[in-house]
Amino acid sequence: MSSLLDKQFEDGNIVIAKAEDLLNWSRLSSLWQVGFGLACCAIEMMATSASHYDFDRFGVIPRASPRQADIIIISGTVTLKMAIRIKRLYEQMPDPKYVISMGSCSNSGGPYWEHGYHVLKGVDRVIPVDVYVPGCPPRPEALLEGLMKLQEKIRNKPLNKIA
Amino acid sequence: MSLKTEEMVLNLGPQHPSTHGVLRLELKLEGELIINVTPHLGYLHRCFEKHAEAMTYPQIIPYTDRMDYLAAMGNEFGYVVAVERLLGIQVPERVEYIRVIMAEFQRIASHLVALGTFGNDIGAMTPFLFCFRDREMILSLFEMVCGARMLYNYMWVGGLSHDLHPDFIRNAKEFIPYFRPKVKELNDLLTGNKIFIERCANVGVLPLETAINYGTSGPVLRGSGLKWDVRKNDPYSIYDRFDFDIPVGEGLVGTVGDCWDRYYVRVLEMEQSLKIIEQAFEALPEGDVTSAIPKRIKPPIGQLYSRVENPRGELGYFIISNGAANPFRVKVKGPSFVNLEVINELCKGHLIADVIAVLGSIDIVLGEVDR
Amino acid sequence: MKTEEIFQVLKEKFGDSIIELNTANIEPFILVNPFEIDKISYFLRDTEQFLFDNLMLLSGVDDANGTKANDIITGGTLSVYYHLESTQLNHKVVLRVSTPRENPEVVSVEEVWRSADWHEREAYDMFGIIFLNHPDLRRILMPYDWEFGFPLRKDYKNPEFYQGMKIPY
Repeated sequence: MSSLLDKQFEDGNIVIAKAEDLLNWSRLSSLWQVGFGLACCAIEMMATSASHYDFDRFGVIPRASPRQADIIIISGTVTLKMAIRIKRLYEQMPDPKYVISMGSCSNSGGPYWEHGYHVLKGVDRVIPVDVYVPGCPPRPEALLEGLMKLQEKIRNKPLNKIA
Repeated sequence: MSLKTEEMVLNLGPQHPSTHGVLRLELKLEGELIINVTPHLGYLHRCFEKHAEAMTYPQIIPYTDRMDYLAAMGNEFGYVVAVERLLGIQVPERVEYIRVIMAEFQRIASHLVALGTFGNDIGAMTPFLFCFRDREMILSLFEMVCGARMLYNYMWVGGLSHDLHPDFIRNAKEFIPYFRPKVKELNDLLTGNKIFIERCANVGVLPLETAINYGTSGPVLRGSGLKWDVRKNDPYSIYDRFDFDIPVGEGLVGTVGDCWDRYYVRVLEMEQSLKIIEQAFEALPEGDVTSAIPKRIKPPIGQLYSRVENPRGELGYFIISNGAANPFRVKVKGPSFVNLEVINELCKGHLIADVIAVLGSIDIVLGEVDR
Repeated sequence: MKTEEIFQVLKEKFGDSIIELNTANIEPFILVNPFEIDKISYFLRDTEQFLFDNLMLLSGVDDANGTKANDIITGGTLSVYYHLESTQLNHKVVLRVSTPRENPEVVSVEEVWRSADWHEREAYDMFGIIFLNHPDLRRILMPYDWEFGFPLRKDYKNPEFYQGMKIPY
């Protein structure tokens, strides 16, 4: 089977592509995530990275420190006490960085929207979010679709905009 | 020339790969030896008790799911048993048997996560993937019954929301002979592993007197040698009809009450759960699961404390009712909240790496600690 | 042993500190004096016929039995319930103390059962009940600088902003 890359390499290592396509392709194929899980959605995220719904085939591996990561998946309820720390973690990540908000608790407060005195109604009140994944908890397939939407967003990013 | 030494304070902060959620441990160190451990909680406090005062009795059930999200069937079981005792109603036999089957499957699934993540923290990554593979099969069984993988809203006051699908009974009966050799595989990989034994034996020894005084329950108390299980000592539902054993820690490779004992008690409990499920399937009667669900739930004035055996310990609900459709006060005794207090006693004089082993063996879930 | 027998023995030993036995509801309880609860606890834990070595639960309750005006409750009481159990003799008992809402003070039982440590901190955090002789009484679930009151009281109001974050929906 000869794919596009094989064809171009037959005539001696010259690849012709647009610079922004190449950069965007390399960024979306290896998004490293900060190992960050708050509540029930974190267990579904762990199940997504286990062997049944593999996360590794998309290039996503967990890194322990935010300074070595591209993407943070906020999975679970964000409380007021934790929101201050999330802001600090987000500021420690180097550019370009992306945020996926997983589950209805971090989208908009979830089932605790009415009487939760200690719950932040949506993580977008402290950090900017790129993709929202609905569900309580979202199925692993839904999280994978959210990741693919983020990859679409990165693929279409023009070069003159930083991050 | 003399060396100047002083104590150091290290933060095992809310974001850490091995703290099983958002827990902050403040360690006071002398070199690498631990002098003091102070846990700081509240990073997942979701105001369950305030919500319970504002909702009606059936509306609280999805919120009880989300407290200990790894053992959701157990939480619902505890709540509906407490409300049914307050109301004084009796549920049909088929409902009781199905509830026991679901609770025991949930116990196996929760112990698989506990053992997998414990191995992962120690450094063994392979058993984590094996445990999650087997857990996926149990989750697809739950999905056949009620449509959800993790947070079910299945057990209602007076009955259940759906009856069993015939596919469920067939697949569950096939699962039992499939799973027995997997426990043996887990034992070969982890339990008898020399490195695992070096890390866990004689680490974090909990004497029995201290365990009872601190109010611990579940595998933490049974690992220290006391045969105490709510299913046998204070039976609820139909647990007095089944024949099963209660494993206790015996200090097979170290002292009684160390991390290895608490781990091994969980491995043996999975086998006992399979026994209960087999007996329940043999005796499962016919019937209607929704016939006893009351139209309006308004318990008489009074208060009640009732408890069940969750995979992590004894889960208790204290409900005060003043005759209205909403409860007046619901207080939950989360087993992880009480078990976490002993961590200061267990870690004194050990190294930092042992703190991770002790925390993994106590097996906490932050949703239950903070509620 | 039943609660009535335990009540008789306690009444003989402690006299006026044991206020009454309430059997009206599904679970009977014994109402005691909030400033003598530690002596009663030592007695219940150490005597041969009781051996209550396990404190199952300690919970604070807002009785909401004062007068309500403009959404603020004045007067009335706050209560604390103690659920005790014996692992050797297999019996249970429930104790209750009541303190006035304006100045709630209860003696701590942390020395008797170490599990009361965090339970009392949570009762202080949620209701404002002060436990005397507690080694380290501070907030446990809410942030340490939360100055907007005690959340589980019936007349609690939510603030608008906390450190720059908007709280209501």
